[in-house]
Amino acid sequence: MDSYWRKKLNEISKPEKNHEYERWKSNTLDPWNKKTGYKERVYQNSSEIKLKEVYTKEDVPDLESRLGMPGEYPFTRGIYPNMYRGKLWTMRMFSGFGTPEDTNRRLHYLIENGETGLSIAFDMPTLYGYDADSERSEGEIGKCGVNVSTLKDMEVIFKGIDLSKVSTSMTINAPAAILTAMYLAIAKKQGVPFDQVSGTVQADILKEYIAQKEWMYPPEAHIRIIRDMMVYCTKNVPKWNYISISGYHIREAGSSAVQELAFTLADGFYYVDLGIKAGLDVDSFAPRLSFFFNSSINFFEEIAKLRAARRIWATVMKEKYGAKNPRSMMLRFHTQTSGYTLTWQQPLNNIIRTTIEAMAAVLGGTQSLHTNSYDEAWALPSDQAVKVALRTQQIIAEESGIPDVIDPLGGSYYVEWLTDRMEEEAYKYFDRIESMGGILEAIKRGYIQKEIADTSYKRQKKLETGQEVMVGVNKYIEEGEEPINYLKIDKKAEEMQRNRLKEVKKTRDESKVREALDELRKAMLNENENLMPYYIKAVEAYATIQEISDVGRDVFGSWKEPIIV
Amino acid sequence: MYLEAGKNLSSSRPIKVLLAKPAIDGHDRGIFVLARALRDAGMDVIYAGLLPTPEQVVDIAISEDVDVIGLSLLNGAHMTAFKKVVDLLHEKGIDDIAVVGGGIIPDDDKPLLEKIGITGNYGPGTPLSVIIDHIRKRGEEARRKKEM
Repeated sequence: MDSYWRKKLNEISKPEKNHEYERWKSNTLDPWNKKTGYKERVYQNSSEIKLKEVYTKEDVPDLESRLGMPGEYPFTRGIYPNMYRGKLWTMRMFSGFGTPEDTNRRLHYLIENGETGLSIAFDMPTLYGYDADSERSEGEIGKCGVNVSTLKDMEVIFKGIDLSKVSTSMTINAPAAILTAMYLAIAKKQGVPFDQVSGTVQADILKEYIAQKEWMYPPEAHIRIIRDMMVYCTKNVPKWNYISISGYHIREAGSSAVQELAFTLADGFYYVDLGIKAGLDVDSFAPRLSFFFNSSINFFEEIAKLRAARRIWATVMKEKYGAKNPRSMMLRFHTQTSGYTLTWQQPLNNIIRTTIEAMAAVLGGTQSLHTNSYDEAWALPSDQAVKVALRTQQIIAEESGIPDVIDPLGGSYYVEWLTDRMEEEAYKYFDRIESMGGILEAIKRGYIQKEIADTSYKRQKKLETGQEVMVGVNKYIEEGEEPINYLKIDKKAEEMQRNRLKEVKKTRDESKVREALDELRKAMLNENENLMPYYIKAVEAYATIQEISDVGRDVFGSWKEPIIV
Repeated sequence: MYLEAGKNLSSSRPIKVLLAKPAIDGHDRGIFVLARALRDAGMDVIYAGLLPTPEQVVDIAISEDVDVIGLSLLNGAHMTAFKKVVDLLHEKGIDDIAVVGGGIIPDDDKPLLEKIGITGNYGPGTPLSVIIDHIRKRGEEARRKKEM
């Protein structure tokens, strides 16, 4: 019997012979090319989809029946009926560096400059569950984000910020449950009831094994923790998005747009299965699943990818999972412009790249957006660079007129044809992944990782041969770069964090810490116990991120990735 | 295999390179691309896997008898972690393994790394051919020391 995915593949319109195009090509284009001596060359995008010179309505035969209207199934044209007229996308700049004090200052700076949502990046020790005083943290404190060892650090980060008034996104995966527990503990201290706490933790562990490689335990253990977060938050923290299913890193690891689309949604379907297996009704939790996509430089490919993502999610949630609540079918997503496309050569060019990518995200209907800063190929952004990046969004929002009309590219033969092709290629991947035994199995075999590494290597070869152009890197090269002022992390950050940790350890009640960690260990050994209350108790006792993570390392063990090189 | 007159069999062995990210950093795109490129260029390539400590990197390099250690970091810890690798090699009195660096390494740090013997220190956008040539050159130097 054909799988669901095969069935979907058959449903997607395959344009038949395009008469008008053929006529035009032989009567007008070919003679012109011959006359002007035009040399044939293949045009294709990052997904290796070959592009014709022009598209006509014959390329999108089923357009009317597949497109729909904004705010209506299958949501190709946007999830809300009035889109940006009702509410602009949230301008959410990814922040976090150095000490909690540094980050607190940056958050206030961005709020003062008109940012509308917070987003926190953590440093490597925090992401891997190591304390500031661990040997493994040496040289890493505050470098790729803010350092957090205990609740005390989080208290400083959110000083003067009312958690009932902001939504916060935290890019944290392996220790996501611990950071969620810390956030909830702060809400408690501020007197904000859990049902008013809103925000997102990334917590997409599948993506870690695929791309970002920041895990602590074997996949099954992390998946269990995610399940516990889903169940706990569905009941107690209804406005908390406990997973932001992330294609961003898949793309940064070198995938094509289609691979980003397919692998991200495949991860998403896995979490839907997980919630259902945990006994939750699909409509009780699916509306809280959100997504995070990359917006790269190939303008129309990105727009088509985002439109296709919405249509696929809506269709599969309705048809395969039997969702009834339209909110379960709406794919809400945050977008970040591509870091990979930024160059350290001629860094000001990055402002233009980011602008194009931000426009693609907005034309693709994003709910929130982070624009990268021009200096990010060098370091974390400086105040000036991050302001330019935020202003880029504000100019698109308030000067360009782009958000005035919903899905302004809807009905473009090219965009619609490309949206169909992205969808088709994604279904091919879903089918292949299912035949391998599902996404987790495909990851364990290294299939997904290898697909991405292959694409990445191919792209590099294209850059080497000049088939693909990166301005300032392999074309229009300048000798002797103008240095820019980039952010340097003060060495004192490391010392400050170690001192604070020492202070916390000196003043906390040790017996409370031991008790909380013992209880956590017991809960971890019992598959049916929900871990969230134990995490909350542990962070409130000021147990450190490493102490808590080590209990898990002890119970669950570690994991070695399949070899793909 | 026949030994041609005057030709040392061992020097016709491909240059052996260990690629490693000697800290807690999961950004492995660059190192995977490089692994393939070096292999396509005829070198013998080993990858140290995720999150090795500097000690583990040096241990693998010694037990695999490599000519070059290629270090990569994008997390800003290069000044600490790269240096540890070199210090460990010194401690063990090893001078026939070359160390080459790459990743996000600010210009200011490059001379400091060179001073302790870590050459290259290539950033994103560097043509693969430049890195391959450099690793080959350093690998041949190390090989000559091994054969001395």
